[in-house]
Amino acid sequence: MKTHQYDVVVVGAGGAGLMAALYASRRARTAVISKLYPTRSHTGAAQGGIGAALGNMEEDHPEWHTYDTVKGSDYLGDQDAIEFMCYQAPEIVYELEHMGLPFSRTPEGLIAQRPFGGHTNNVTGKPVRRACYAADRTGHMILQTLYQQGIKHGLTFFDEFQMLDLIMVNGRAAGVVALEIATGEIHIFHAKAVILATGGWGRVWEITSNAFTLSGDGAAIVLRKGLPLQDMEFYQFHPTGIYKLGILITEGVRGEGGVLINDKGERFMDRYAPTVKDLASRDVVSRAIYIEIREGRGINGQRYVYLDVRPETVNKYAALDGRTRPDGSPYVVTAEELLAKLPDIIDFCRTYLGIDPVTEPIPVQPTAHYAMGGIPTNIKAEVLADEKGTVVPGLYAAGETACVSVHGANRLGTNSLLDIVVFGKQAGIHAAEYAQGADFEPLPADAADFARSQLEAIRNSKGNERIADIAAEMKRVMMDHVGVFRTEEGMQQALEKIRELKARFKHLHIDDRGKIFNTELLTAWELSNLLDLAEVTTVSALARKESRGAHSREDYPKRDDQNWLKHTLAWMRENGQIELRYKPVVITKYQPKERVY
Amino acid sequence: MQVTLKIFRYNPETDKKPHYETYKVEAEPTDRVLDLLEKVKGEQDGTLTFRRSCAHGVCGSDAMRINGMNRLACKVLVKDLGTDHITIEPLLGLPTVKDLVVDMEPFFEHYRSVKPFFINNDPPPQKERLQSPEERARFDDTTKCILCAACTTSCPSFWLDGQYVGPAAIVNAHRFIFDSRDQGAEERLKILADQFGVFRCHTIFNCTLACPREIQITKAIGEVRKAIATGRLD
Ligand SMILES: Cc1cc2nc3c(=O)[nH]c(=O)nc-3n(C[C@H](O)[C@H](O)[C@H](O)COP(=O)(O)OP(=O)(O)OC[C@H]3O[C@@H](n4cnc5c(N)ncnc54)[C@H](O)[C@@H]3O)c2cc1C
Ligand code: FES
Repeated sequence: MKTHQYDVVVVGAGGAGLMAALYASRRARTAVISKLYPTRSHTGAAQGGIGAALGNMEEDHPEWHTYDTVKGSDYLGDQDAIEFMCYQAPEIVYELEHMGLPFSRTPEGLIAQRPFGGHTNNVTGKPVRRACYAADRTGHMILQTLYQQGIKHGLTFFDEFQMLDLIMVNGRAAGVVALEIATGEIHIFHAKAVILATGGWGRVWEITSNAFTLSGDGAAIVLRKGLPLQDMEFYQFHPTGIYKLGILITEGVRGEGGVLINDKGERFMDRYAPTVKDLASRDVVSRAIYIEIREGRGINGQRYVYLDVRPETVNKYAALDGRTRPDGSPYVVTAEELLAKLPDIIDFCRTYLGIDPVTEPIPVQPTAHYAMGGIPTNIKAEVLADEKGTVVPGLYAAGETACVSVHGANRLGTNSLLDIVVFGKQAGIHAAEYAQGADFEPLPADAADFARSQLEAIRNSKGNERIADIAAEMKRVMMDHVGVFRTEEGMQQALEKIRELKARFKHLHIDDRGKIFNTELLTAWELSNLLDLAEVTTVSALARKESRGAHSREDYPKRDDQNWLKHTLAWMRENGQIELRYKPVVITKYQPKERVY
Repeated sequence: MQVTLKIFRYNPETDKKPHYETYKVEAEPTDRVLDLLEKVKGEQDGTLTFRRSCAHGVCGSDAMRINGMNRLACKVLVKDLGTDHITIEPLLGLPTVKDLVVDMEPFFEHYRSVKPFFINNDPPPQKERLQSPEERARFDDTTKCILCAACTTSCPSFWLDGQYVGPAAIVNAHRFIFDSRDQGAEERLKILADQFGVFRCHTIFNCTLACPREIQITKAIGEVRKAIATGRLD
């Protein structure tokens, strides 16, 4: 066993982790641990854009961005945090540009911006161009740029090291236990401050836009440490995943004028969101698609609808909507322009569907996409231990794994890339500052015991349950019952299933008992994390007897501010029971009102 | 349909030398090769080892040799291969760690050696540095690289001498050399003019054919060479 010592240890090298590390390393000895090579983090898959009211294309204000985000969150987002993020946005986008990020450009040479769901001109209610983009590869450019900066500034990386446990001493974070994947050796990273930036957990669901490796490790570890997770019932389904595969088709496609069409050839979003139509927020559009499918208007009666971005369709509806270019001329697109703005989307469709979206519509269905909930933090990215806001000294979280909460019950597109850089930066700054004023806690002798016993239990398991089978059953039941629409009965069924699967997990069939690059072992360990998160999600969702944002209950179809304008906190107690408590939402300027698009 | 997979296997803990293992799996023509690897691992043999993450060709984890060509397993469909016999092997030119997993460190070392980061020592403006769409388009192609190593490990010059920086590193240098905002072209061109730099390229085009992002790599290398020869960046 090897032991390392750093002032700050960052776990995760996506946008959040890299930004945190760049800032922490300015003032403190910092190491970054990542189970993937940094450039393979899922931030690289983000397509459409990062939100900031630069006003490069038309009038826009951070205040409008703030209001849109509050409204998008279905009033569950904390308004102080949202305001902080939206006002930081222009500055941080310029900061990324100064790091060399190759944004697409306007004819004047400014950062180009496109419309995205839920982002509006607060006066007219019409979509506003706020998403700063680099073609449909914005996440790739952010990830590459931040990693490049990491090389430039000599950051210390431990690539393909997987965190297995968090070391807590006297209620403070004291380090991390990690496995060096290539050797199977356990390492201890002794630290004054730990920043968790391990990303989301879309792999809980069957159809997802998320990578295989998004198994919520950081969140699950925190949960097992006796700390709470917040708002876990709010999981976003993106309306447009490629049918059956779940691969994301960015909202930018609708931003460029693409429309959703049902089997009757209707542009059905007209009926669900008369003002912004196809650019309503994601929860609204996903539900609309489900209803169309359920009422028999899926294409050929199947479980998908069309996303139509053929120039003739785009131009027809743009004319009907009276859409114009920034100079006031009518909005008209050509196939060449679409190719230039959406090259990867077109490539995905050609590769995986064998169709060309410029000449054929794309079959899509909602896909599990983004965790609004996660490890509770405040604006300084400090992890919170309870509903009173007590800070866990030395522990920080940022990015998708954290819940500040800026997304509340539903995230607006482009706000996650913003969140990861804004709060990644905060985590880096505050962790370094904390480390400068703190000592190392002495390490307990048994620091690695729990992680080791977890791995050994799997390695020596002698049952006949296949990892892949348990995973498939979990994904299926969560998709069916804890997805876009939910009911008491369905979720109870899901909960029973998850508990059954957790019991069966103790009897795994394992082929690979070796040490070197044992991905079977790690896949099993990741599955245990997914099962815990699936359970917490379901229990939190069962308790919330209302519909809000992404949490849509058919048995309680209305939002209930009287009883439910509050955040859920969920603990997993030692006996495995899940305990729920609640804390109020921070409301500053915007009183909750009905949400219509 | 039934597909026969012949897969390179090597586990340093148990095997003296590599061997091939054959698996039969049920597949749809639209399945990705990665789906088949997952199927084998999940249903038949949990010891089979490979890297993967995004599953749609954007993270660069699963470059490997598929029927002799460097490909991302998640970006090749069974029907694209035109055969029901698929041979899968690790990338050439990098040491094999286990089965289809190679040691990426030499690859990243070359990448880091070309200063693959933005250099501009002027104080930044309040807002963005301006760049015209044309200037932005000048280096667009090489911004697409996902560092999967498919190009470098398809290059005979790299196989011959692992000290050659390789196409991926040159692509990433190109991305900055031709960025109108960057000021580090001179330093990078000096590195690439070295004996292990661009002049090792014999324009064999393997890299361009291997690139899953369809980057015109040979062209990019040619532009860097020209810049070295002429001292100009147009
Ligand atoms: C297809 C797609 C498109 C998207 N498009 C947009 C968009 O256009 N705009 C927008 O705002 N948002 C978008 N999002 C959302 C956004 O991209 C993500 O929420 C965000 O990138 C998450 O960043 P992160 O840094 O928190 O995590 P990630 O980028 O997922 O990184 C997680 C990191 O944690 C590491 N890690 C995980 N577990 C461990 C462990 N146990 N030990 C060590 N390391 C570990 C991984 O190696 C990785 O480096 C999109 C998401 C997807 C899936
Ligand atoms: S798994 Fe990401 S490129 Fe294939």
